[in-house]
Amino acid sequence: MPVYILRRLLQSLLVLFAMSLLVFLGVYAIGNPVDILISPQADQAEIARATAALGIDRPLAEQYWVFLRQAAAGDLGRSFAFNVPAIRLILERMPATLELAVTAMLIAIVLGIPLGLWAGLNPDSIAGKTIMTGSILGFSLPTFWVGLMLIMLFSVGLGWLPSGGRGPTVELLGVPVSFLSREGLAHLLLPAANLALFKLALIIRLARAGTREALLQDYVRFARAKGLTEARVIGVHVLKNILVPIVTVIGLEFGSVVAFAIVTESVFAWPGMGKLLIESINMLDRPVIVAYLCIIVTLFTLINLAVDMVYSLLDPRVRLSEADA
Amino acid sequence: MASTVRLALLLLAYGPALQAADLRIALAADVTSVDPHFANIAPNNNIGWHVFDALTHVDADARLVPGLAVSWRAVDGTTWEFRMRRGVKFHDGGEFTAEDVVFSIERAAKLPNGQFAGFVQRIVAKQIVDPYTLRLKTATPYAMVPQDLNSIFIVSRKAAASAATEDFNSGRAIVGTGPFRFVAFRRGERVELARNDAYWGSAPAWDKVSFRIMPTDPARLAALLAGDADLIEQVPPADLARIRTRKDLQVAQKVSWRTLFFHLDQYRNRPPGVTDRGGKPPERNPFKDARVRLALSKAINRQAIVERVMEGTAIAAANLVSPPVFGHAAGLKPEAWDPEGAKKLLAAAGYPNGFAMVVHAPNNRYVNDDQIAQVVAQMLARVGIAARVETQPINVYLGKARAGEFAFAMLGWGSFSGDLALRALLATPDATRGTGAWNWSHYSNAKVDALIEQAFATVDEKKRESLAQEAMTLAMQDTAVIPLHHQLVSWAMKKPLTYAARTDEFTFAHHVRSR
Repeated sequence: MPVYILRRLLQSLLVLFAMSLLVFLGVYAIGNPVDILISPQADQAEIARATAALGIDRPLAEQYWVFLRQAAAGDLGRSFAFNVPAIRLILERMPATLELAVTAMLIAIVLGIPLGLWAGLNPDSIAGKTIMTGSILGFSLPTFWVGLMLIMLFSVGLGWLPSGGRGPTVELLGVPVSFLSREGLAHLLLPAANLALFKLALIIRLARAGTREALLQDYVRFARAKGLTEARVIGVHVLKNILVPIVTVIGLEFGSVVAFAIVTESVFAWPGMGKLLIESINMLDRPVIVAYLCIIVTLFTLINLAVDMVYSLLDPRVRLSEADA
Repeated sequence: MASTVRLALLLLAYGPALQAADLRIALAADVTSVDPHFANIAPNNNIGWHVFDALTHVDADARLVPGLAVSWRAVDGTTWEFRMRRGVKFHDGGEFTAEDVVFSIERAAKLPNGQFAGFVQRIVAKQIVDPYTLRLKTATPYAMVPQDLNSIFIVSRKAAASAATEDFNSGRAIVGTGPFRFVAFRRGERVELARNDAYWGSAPAWDKVSFRIMPTDPARLAALLAGDADLIEQVPPADLARIRTRKDLQVAQKVSWRTLFFHLDQYRNRPPGVTDRGGKPPERNPFKDARVRLALSKAINRQAIVERVMEGTAIAAANLVSPPVFGHAAGLKPEAWDPEGAKKLLAAAGYPNGFAMVVHAPNNRYVNDDQIAQVVAQMLARVGIAARVETQPINVYLGKARAGEFAFAMLGWGSFSGDLALRALLATPDATRGTGAWNWSHYSNAKVDALIEQAFATVDEKKRESLAQEAMTLAMQDTAVIPLHHQLVSWAMKKPLTYAARTDEFTFAHHVRSR
C-alpha cells in the first residue's frame, strides 16, 4: 500500500511538470501580459521597464528554468496583476470555492441517491418518471442560464435570497467559512443549488440504473428468499452495491466541481478560485494560472487516491497494490 | 392634512433609503490592489479617489480643478509652484503638508512594479518653500506637471514610510485625506469604506459604502433589480431600455472620454491582409493615399452605428478626444456618410474596383466592439472594398497589434487632453522621446509633431489648448486615423439616488446623493 501511494504521487509530479510546461508555452503564445497590464499612457521606455520588472523580457527557456528553481523551493511566483504571491492569492480564494463545491456535492448526494433509488425501485410510477424527466432537464439546461433564472426567480421576483456574493465569514479552524451564519447560508444556497444541478441529475441516473440492475441479481433474490426485510435488502445489499460506481463519479466530479465552478462563480459573483482563474487568463497573469493549475492537478490526484481507497472499503475484492501483483 | 398624509406616504416609501446612510455599489471590474501607486488601472484608481486626494482633481467634464493644491502656476518654463490647502487632516489625524507630497512623488517613482513612475519622471527637483508651498522643477519646459500630478495620490508619509503593497492591502498603511476612510479589502469580493468626517470638501452623504466586484453584466443588473445593490456602473446598452421602464430605478449618463477609431497602416508598402480583389499583394499601400483614407471614412455611416449597434449610447466622432475634454477641436465635424463620394475618391486614387482588406477588432474590450467591426466591414463592401472581419480577445489582440500584424485595427482611447492623446496615438513613433507608443498606423506628420511638442512645452493653458486643437485638426483633416464614436457611459440606481455622471467613467460614492 505505501508503495502504491508513493508511485501515485510520483506520477502526479510528472503530470505537474508537463502541465506547467504546457501553460508556459500556451500563455507565451497568447500574448504579452505587459500589453494588458500597463497603463495606456505609458511610453516605450516605461513598457520596457515594466517588461523587465516582470522578468518576461528574458528567453522563455530561461523564464521556465527560473520558475522550476523557485517552484522546487515552494515559490510559484508573484502575480503580475495583484503583486502578491500567486499561491497566497489562490489559497485566499480556495475556502470560498471549496465551501461552494462541498455544499453542491452534498445537495447532489443527499437528494440524488434517494431519488435515484426511488426511481429505480418504482420505475413505472408517476413519481419515478417525474424524477427521470427532471434529471434530463438538469443535464441539458446550461448552468449559466439556470443560474440567471434562479436569480430572477428567487432574488428579483420573490426577494427571498440575495442575488449574489458571499455572506459574512467566520473563522473555523483558521479557515474563513460563511455557512455558519444565517446570512451566509442564504448567500450560499442559490449558487450551490445551481452548481449541484448537473451532478444531481448524474447521480440520480447512476443510482437508478444501478438499482434496476441490482434488483435482478441473484444476491437480492437470495436475500429476499432468506426472508430479510425489504428495508435491509435495499438499505444494505442494493445500496452498497450501487455505491461503487457512484463513489467513483462523486470523486471525479468533485474535482471537476472545484475546477469548473467558474460559471456559477461568475453568475453569482462568488469570490472563488474559478473567477480568479478567468480574470487571470484575461490578464495573462501567468504565475496565477500556473499556480492554479498546479493546485488543481494536485487536488485531482489526491481525490483519485481517496476514491481508490474508498473502493477497497466498499468492495473487498479490490486490493490496492502493484497492478500485476 | 392632505400634505401630512402625503408626507407620511413619502416617508413610508423612501423611509429605508433615508434612514440607512449606507450605500452599496456594484463595480464592473476587479480591484487588484488598494496600493495607490501600484497598478494604474481604472478600478484601483476608482477606490484610490475615495481614500486619497491628489494635488489636482478633475471635474465631471475631465477638466483640471484644485484638489489638495488650491492653486498652481508656472513660475518660469521649468518651475511649477503649488500652494497646498491648509488645515487638511489625514485619516489618522496627522496634518497634510508639502512633505507628504514629496514623499508620495518619491514613492510613486520608486515602488517596484509600480506603474506611476511615468507621471513623475520629468520632475528633476523638489523644493519645499514652506509647509504649504512646493516647487517642482523639470529639465525642459513641460506643461503637463499639474495634469500628471492628478495621477499621483497623496499618501501620509508617516503611515506609508517603507510600506509595501501588502501593507496597503491589509489596511495598515492606507491613510489618506480623501472623503472616505478605508475599512476592509477582500480581494475579488468587496471593498468597504466609511465616511471621513473631517473631509475638507463637501461631506459625503454616506456613513458606510461597500463596493462589490461583479464583472458579469447580468449579475450586476440582477443585484440592482433584486435590491442588493443601490447603484451599478457600466450598464450595457441593451439593458438600458428595461431599466428605464422601471419606476423605482433611474439612469445617469454622460459622454465618456473613450473614443473608438481605426488605425490604418501608413508605413509599409505591403500591409498585412491588404490585397487587390484577385488576392494578389498590392503594388502600393492604398492607405498611404489620403484620398483612400478619406474614402474609407466617408464609407462609414456613423449615425447608423450609433443608433443601431450602440442603441444610442454613443455620439459620432471627428476627434480623438470627446467633447468635454481639453483640446477637443469643436470645428471638426464627423465625416458625413457618402458612399458615392467614397467610390469617386477610390477611383481617383486608382482603385475603381476597390481592394481587399481585413478589419481587426477586439471582441471583449469595448461596448459591442465585434459587432461594430462587422458593420464597418459591410459598409466598406458597399463602396467596393472586400473587407473580412477578424476579432480576438483583447489579451491576444493587443500583443498582435503592437507587433504590427494588423493593417486596419480598432482601438479605443481615453485621455485627459488632446495633446496627450495625440502624442501617444499619432506622433511619429520614437522610443527615445517616448512619442507614438500607440501609433499603430505609424502616421508621421512633421507639422503635427511640432505642434504636439510645442503644446507640451507651453505652460499657458489657453495657448496650449489652442495648439492641441490645431494639431488635432491637422491630423484629422489628413484622416490620420478613422474616428468612429465617443461612447456614452451609464450608471443605473435606485430612486431617489442621483449620480453626477462623469466623463472619466469613475463611480464616486461621494458624488451619489439621496436627492
